[in-house]
Amino acid sequence: MSEKISLAHGDGGELAHQLIQEVFVSAFEHHEHARLDAALLHVPSNKLAISTDSFVIKPVFFPGGNIGKLAIVGTVNDIAVSGAEPLYMTVGFILEEGFLIKDLKEIVTAMAEEAKKANVKIVAGDTKVVERGSVDGIFINTTGVGVIKEENFLPRKIKEGDSVIISGTIGDHGVAILSARGELGLLTDLESDCACLNRLIDDIMSASNKVKIMRDPTRGGVATTLVEICEDFKVAIEIREDDLPIKPEVEGACDLLGFEPLYLANEGKLLVIVAKEDEAKVLEVMKKHELGIDATSIGHVVEQGEGKLFLKMTLGSRRRLNRLSGIQLPRIC
Amino acid sequence: MLETLKQFSSPELSKTLLDKIFDIADRYKEKFGKEPALMEVCGSHTVAVAKTGVKKLLAGKVKLISGPGCPVCVTDQQSIDAMIELAEGENRIICSFGDMIRVPGTNRTLMSAKTDGKDIRIVYAPVDAVKIAKENPDKEVIFLGIGFETTIPVLGVALKVAHEENVSNFSMWVTTKLVEPILRKLLNEGEVHVDGFLLPGHVSIVLGKNQYHYLVDEYKVPGVICGFEPVQLLNGIYQTIELLLNETPDIINAHRHIVRDEGNLQAQQLMEKYFEPCAEAWRGIGIIENSGLDIREEYSHLNAKLRFPIKVNPPKKTKCRCGDVIRGMIKPEECSLFAKACTPTNPIGPCMVSGEGSCAASYQFMREE
Repeated sequence: MSEKISLAHGDGGELAHQLIQEVFVSAFEHHEHARLDAALLHVPSNKLAISTDSFVIKPVFFPGGNIGKLAIVGTVNDIAVSGAEPLYMTVGFILEEGFLIKDLKEIVTAMAEEAKKANVKIVAGDTKVVERGSVDGIFINTTGVGVIKEENFLPRKIKEGDSVIISGTIGDHGVAILSARGELGLLTDLESDCACLNRLIDDIMSASNKVKIMRDPTRGGVATTLVEICEDFKVAIEIREDDLPIKPEVEGACDLLGFEPLYLANEGKLLVIVAKEDEAKVLEVMKKHELGIDATSIGHVVEQGEGKLFLKMTLGSRRRLNRLSGIQLPRIC
Repeated sequence: MLETLKQFSSPELSKTLLDKIFDIADRYKEKFGKEPALMEVCGSHTVAVAKTGVKKLLAGKVKLISGPGCPVCVTDQQSIDAMIELAEGENRIICSFGDMIRVPGTNRTLMSAKTDGKDIRIVYAPVDAVKIAKENPDKEVIFLGIGFETTIPVLGVALKVAHEENVSNFSMWVTTKLVEPILRKLLNEGEVHVDGFLLPGHVSIVLGKNQYHYLVDEYKVPGVICGFEPVQLLNGIYQTIELLLNETPDIINAHRHIVRDEGNLQAQQLMEKYFEPCAEAWRGIGIIENSGLDIREEYSHLNAKLRFPIKVNPPKKTKCRCGDVIRGMIKPEECSLFAKACTPTNPIGPCMVSGEGSCAASYQFMREE
């Protein structure tokens, strides 16, 4: 097999067949579901959760993962935070002519491993090859299908006093990516937190039936995700600056660049809003899971300020947090 | 070092200092019949006092006025138009610091030029632009060099590398600003009353403490050089009011672990070697003689203004009052466009764009409701 992706890999002929057999089928296994043009799925529920996402990250390989792992994690988490159990997934690849096949294999292997860990079957896929310069190496789209158990329907009504919990330190993925780009002269060993959260979510849902909503704070970070919850459910939330778990290297990088950790992307973190009386119970099960060891309560739903997110600052005053406006750009001075 | 930094954000120490400031500000008011008015010269200080809540907590006790120390905000509208025009040329790569690409010119931004296909790249260090020039020998690479004394030495490093390595397709469009001329102008004209200055931590690393004595000798105005963590800020505010209360104007270096009396001599030499004083246009203020540095004649082959002469029309008048904001004449909220027509998503003026801008700091950190 050649070393690089060529346009012929996308023409449906012999090379395309070879690519599918040697790279995709060998990694993703040949499930019975995938023997026809469409995957025929056995779904034990009449309540389905479906989510789709496209991944265009730069660089493709970063500390703690690569675009393939991210493409599985992103969709699994979107299904899981909705209270559904992710079961099946489809994968679409858009490859640039000249992309190295060994890199593709590494990406696909990471996808297969992550899907296996999450107990999700990859049942359909598609590959297109485009001319050099038309895309940046590789783009991946994933669509996931999950089922919702009757007792897990989310969201539930959010009330004053409900607690806001984060599963661990914030901004790790954002800084790992910035650092991996190497454009900003940042040198840290920080790894992306990129991970599937469905097992952690299973534990939480088994421990409490008072979880109101869950979200994975990806692009836009914790602040933007919470602002969206406040607006969508017409509640006000106050988070406490003192309780935000942030690694020193993330804080350092943010100080240097003038960024805010609250707006940095996370790819393996979970925000949970739960009734106050179940806060301790949920924290306890989260801390027992490897992805929730640093779980901590960071705030609560407050009475006044419908649709708004506030930050209670260390020195006592509070300020409103808004959505991230545009992109965060490094400062000059 | 990490331990030291932790102390600078200690909540206990900060709260003690806050109480001390309340007390000394009361005594100042008793003695002089008004609250002390302090100007934070530096944009990073403006952001820090807003973000930590210090400005809100001191409201009614200490008047904190945002000064002209945000390099993006003081860049003249015509310069911004010229930079965007520069990016329109064929076969060019424009390299810029991040904030600049969102600043609106009369008709568009560098970001919109980028969307239209112009090759505009954000770099963190100017020397990265020289590297891009070496990698793209068939393109003209132009770095947009704005900034105060903190940034000018690193612009000098890029010129040094380009000159010594004979990188013929690199040049720099320079529009830099100096702190002393603008502080003198503010004090001479007295449009805004300032009792004391919180002097910039970053700029002072280059300039040193000794450079500020004109404030005391000629204007009898005290200043404290301080860092950006809550304890450092609060300590700076406390010490400035103490000097005012005791009527002993002086310059205090409260950032001694980083700022030396004589400054960074190597950085100063770089500035001296590659740049010479020039008249600079400040947004909303106009031209101030010797208030900036331009590339010295012997390095004129690296001067993009000479290599790519551009003429732009005077900018259209808008209701944007960034010029008044950077002089400390009005608070951002007093501009009729603030948080209405002008927001970080749709900025009219640079003070709403820059991460160090007063308007952006007020919009992001001071609004509660």
